[in-house]
This record gives sequence, structure tokens and C-alpha cells, in this order.
Amino acid sequence: MEDISLYILDLVQNSIAAVATLIEVSVIEDLQNDKLILSIRDNGVGMDSQVAKKVTDPFYTTRTTRKVGLGLAFVEAAAQACEGNLQIFSQPGNGTEVRVEFKYHHIDRPPLGRIDQTMAALVACNPSIDFVYTHITPFGRLNFDSREVRQRIGDLPLDHPEVVEWIREYIREGLDEISGGGGV
Amino acid sequence: MKSLKELEEIRQRALESVNLRKERGGTRVVVGMGTCGIAAGARPVLLAFLEEVKKRNLRDVIVTQTGCIGVCRLEPMAEVYRPGEEKVTYVKLTPEKVRRIVAEHIVNGKPVTEFTIGAADKQ
Repeated sequence: MEDISLYILDLVQNSIAAVATLIEVSVIEDLQNDKLILSIRDNGVGMDSQVAKKVTDPFYTTRTTRKVGLGLAFVEAAAQACEGNLQIFSQPGNGTEVRVEFKYHHIDRPPLGRIDQTMAALVACNPSIDFVYTHITPFGRLNFDSREVRQRIGDLPLDHPEVVEWIREYIREGLDEISGGGGV
Repeated sequence: MKSLKELEEIRQRALESVNLRKERGGTRVVVGMGTCGIAAGARPVLLAFLEEVKKRNLRDVIVTQTGCIGVCRLEPMAEVYRPGEEKVTYVKLTPEKVRRIVAEHIVNGKPVTEFTIGAADKQ
């Protein structure tokens, strides 16, 4: 994957497959500790510790159609290449959190990419799921919560083209405001 | 800055333009969003479908996603389902190809044969 926004798009697919109804994504740019922390938390079916240990193995998958599952393996490799790591917290029935840390200023740390496009794509394709996106930088904080959007649009579906476009712009503008002009 | 107030305006406008995608029996576009698809460029392809649907105001078209379709070497892929017609699978997509598929297949009903999986296998 070229950037972190694509890893997010990929990791959220696991939450969707786990029939989550609420998926919370957060990115923390912790420059004081030279870390970039990505977290994806869902309220899906979860998994036991035996499974959680195996999921970053590229030859482990819960699918029956084929024998490889590369998503988590890719993210873990990318994090480890940047002096980071990947942790999974999960319990059957209690959802899953995948937490990925990168060394912020590592030369191989992937750029953030277009998180606005990732979130817009996710909302457009999964209008019955709620998404929360939080992004924290030294310059501020962006909060997006699809439940707030739902309150405003009433019976209009979340995947209405104009609503999706509003969400994409909201996130793009919000990220611009807290990027400090650096744009990573 | 975008405000939540704008959402209420969008809602007003949408409700005034009648039959708000109520009949969901129209065309369905399914984009492969497995790890393979995403790495190959599924996101710009999906966004191109959404943009065309919005621009052309195609009320009865649904764009959605699925996991790995199974032929990873031909990603990004998408399947187009039109009511009463056979499914058409498009491969190695780009936003430019998407614009042609929307115009020729989804709007005018004529599949773009050269972008289909059948054409790719002959190469």
C-alpha cells in the first residue's frame, strides 16, 4: 500500500466482515514522542486470543475461498519497517481494536494519503454502518461522527451523493486546518 | 469551513426532488475492495463511479463494495448488474475507463466489451 489512508481502507474491511455497526478510526500524530498511532476499533464479533495471534500471518485467513489473507500482514510489515508495531485487542463478542504504531520521522513511514477519500468511500458503500474519525495533531483535533450527520439529514440516506461529498470535504478541510501547513 | 447546517440544506434540496432513490431495483455496481483491489487502485475507481453517478444524477444506480473477487491479477475490478441482464465483470479499471462504462453501459445499456474480463483473457 502506498499510504496510511489505504491501510485504513483495508483494515476497516476486516471490521465490516466482522459485522460491526460502529467503526472508530483514529490517527494521532504524537510528535513529542515521535510516533504516529493508528487505531481502528469496532463493535464486531471479535475473536479469541488464539485467532488474534494468528491473524497477521499471511497464510492465515478466516475465508474459505482461498488460503491467504494479506491485509494485517502488510500493515504489520510496514510498521515494523519503521521501528513500530501492531497490536490487536479483541474478545469474542466484544469487538476488536487494531493499533498500529510507526516512528513518525522514520524515512520509510508511509505518508498519510487521502484520508478524506478513504472515509467517503467507506460511508458511500456502507451506509448502514456508523463511522467515527478522529485525528489529532499538535495543531488541533478533527472529529467526524456519522451519527451527528444522520441527525441532521433525517430520512435521507448517508450514501446520498451530496452527503458523501459533504463528508469528504468536511474531513479534507478539517485535516488542512490541523496539518500545520506541513501536509504529511 | 463545512458546517452541519449545510447538511440540513442538502436534506431540504433532496426532499424537494421527488422519488429519492426509493426504488432500489436499478443498476448495481460492485467494486472489489479486498487488499488486492485496494493496492491496485480500487479507491479512485470507486470514487469515479460515485462522481459520475452524482454528476449525471443517476437516481437508480447503487455503488457498493465487496471483498476480493478472486482474480487479483486483474484488479481493480467491478461488476455491473442491470435488472434482467447478465452480470458484466470489468477488469484493470481506471477512472477514465469508469467514465466510459457509466456513459456507454450504465446509461445507454451497451457494455464496453474491451474492458470486460472476457476480453482480458484473450490477450
